[in-house]
Amino acid sequence: MKNIINIDLIKPKIKEAKLSLYLLKKDKLTRIALYLSIFLFILALVGYWIVPYPQHIADEANSINKLQPPSMEYFFGTDELGRDIFSRVIYGTRISLITGLFSVGLALLIGIPLGAIAGTMGGWIDELIMRITDIFLSFPPLLLAIAVVSVLGPSLQNAMLAISLSWWPWYARLVRGQAISLKERKFVQAAKAIGSSNFKIIFKHIIPNTVSPVIVQASMDIGGVILTIASLSFLGLGAQAPTPEWGLMISTSRNYFLNAWWYSIFPGLAIFITVLTFNLLGDGLREILDPKTRKN
Amino acid sequence: MLSYISKRLFLGIIVLLGVAVITFTIARVIPSDPAVKWAGSRATEEQIEAARETLGLNDPLPIQFINYIKDLLKGDLGYSLRTHQPVAQELKTFIPATLELVFISFIIAILLGIPLGIYSAYMKNQLLDHVSRLFSIGAVSLPTFWIALIFQLIFYNYLGILPLGGRVSTEITILYELPDITGMLLLDSALVGDWYIFKDALIHMILPCITVALYPIGLVARMTRSALLEVLNEDYIIAEKSYGLSQNKILWVYALKNTIGPTAIVVTLSFGYTLMNTFLVEAIFSWPGLGNYVATSVVTLDYPAIMGATIFSAVTYILLNLLADIIIALDPRVRL
Repeated sequence: MKNIINIDLIKPKIKEAKLSLYLLKKDKLTRIALYLSIFLFILALVGYWIVPYPQHIADEANSINKLQPPSMEYFFGTDELGRDIFSRVIYGTRISLITGLFSVGLALLIGIPLGAIAGTMGGWIDELIMRITDIFLSFPPLLLAIAVVSVLGPSLQNAMLAISLSWWPWYARLVRGQAISLKERKFVQAAKAIGSSNFKIIFKHIIPNTVSPVIVQASMDIGGVILTIASLSFLGLGAQAPTPEWGLMISTSRNYFLNAWWYSIFPGLAIFITVLTFNLLGDGLREILDPKTRKN
Repeated sequence: MLSYISKRLFLGIIVLLGVAVITFTIARVIPSDPAVKWAGSRATEEQIEAARETLGLNDPLPIQFINYIKDLLKGDLGYSLRTHQPVAQELKTFIPATLELVFISFIIAILLGIPLGIYSAYMKNQLLDHVSRLFSIGAVSLPTFWIALIFQLIFYNYLGILPLGGRVSTEITILYELPDITGMLLLDSALVGDWYIFKDALIHMILPCITVALYPIGLVARMTRSALLEVLNEDYIIAEKSYGLSQNKILWVYALKNTIGPTAIVVTLSFGYTLMNTFLVEAIFSWPGLGNYVATSVVTLDYPAIMGATIFSAVTYILLNLLADIIIALDPRVRL
């Protein structure tokens, strides 16, 4: 049994991991982004219990205190219904992270199998799947999402579905490239030799081995996806009132922002910080994990 | 090379056909009943039936699709649910304003992005390089619609030096007849020599253009930087250095020449993203372009109008991809 694990193949991988860890320690910006993203996830988890006015997350109006500037009582001021913007912005973290993760997850569910099938099978199946991804890639992503949501009806679920629909081709392409090189490897050839079905080869041997680059790519995309969801909500196609979604809050704030700057500023800052965090993390991870940029 | 370009053209046509299949599916197959939407909320049974006939919804789907393709080839994008006007005609009035915005933003992006990229390659891992990395990642992370609001807040509300939005001041639209040759106001007013309108239009363009340009500036800078870094390690640069040519001459004349290809490709390919940013920005600056048209259509769920804008953007994007492919092909170092 001991020959199954080939030490010589694993050694460079361990060395590689150690080097990556070392580079991560050296790259301050990426490290900060890593801590920030962990912080955001914690905020998303516990947000509801730590905000000062959890009742303001829903629709409860408090119109005596409407459009109050930031104060010790209301850190980020209040909105047109007198709700605490700080509570709503903090709770919004949960909405943005969950919708971002779900959209990327759904896109992975579509993209990975298609890419693996295309890469492993080759031939006309590959041609067909790749042309379909080309077609989807020729739409500007937000616009395809707008078109889909305008037909399905505006809601956060439909916005997530629409975004996955415009995002999966990237994963299909990535996995296809991986599959093409994997299928020449010995373990796949061995599986073929003992008569494993194509289905089994694709789902048991190819896909599990494409996971790590796909995860890296997906973590880089979360920022962009969160931004797209916020944009859809801003246009009125995503979250609907009274959901404390950042894009929707900015959209509502447009009617008041010349007199109440805080209403627009804070939800926007929240989007910016969240998206920047994930983008910095993604950019850093790429620099660390890609041997080509590492040399520089 | 000719066979390469014709192959790309052929693939482009296939992709265009696929785009038509998808838009057809979204517009005709998914909605429960387009005729109900067409006829309006208070329509009678007969009116809905009549709408179904007008829209050709009683035909079998394959026939509907063939008719759809025929219409597309004629440039017929159907009728808007909101205004009942031909979508193609409406698009024609809105597209020039958007293109004007995108073009000028790209000019700003190239003028600022390339020098930024050159200097950050030259000063690799120094302060300027880090700042430019942060700036370019920051620019991609900014919600465009939000930064547009902030600009309005600062430059209109607090400083009062720039207008809130629109293409020209209201008094100009009332007192003067705006020139209309290409639909791009800046170009038109220059063509007829009306510098008063030109100046006013230019002032109105500053905020929207800067907002839209932020993303491509970062992108161009990053691309120029990485392309230049690759070039700077080449033998011919080392040879020039050893001949004693000045650093500036090497950087701006010999090295830059070989980074134009990749940068041009990125610029063409980032068009899609920039167009999307333009869409979001237009709604805020009341810019009478495609994005404003889509935003209004979105509110009324006028999907034929949205589909029309989608098809236009996809076609433009495919053509630009083709252009990028041709730029690659023109590089004599690339063997096809």
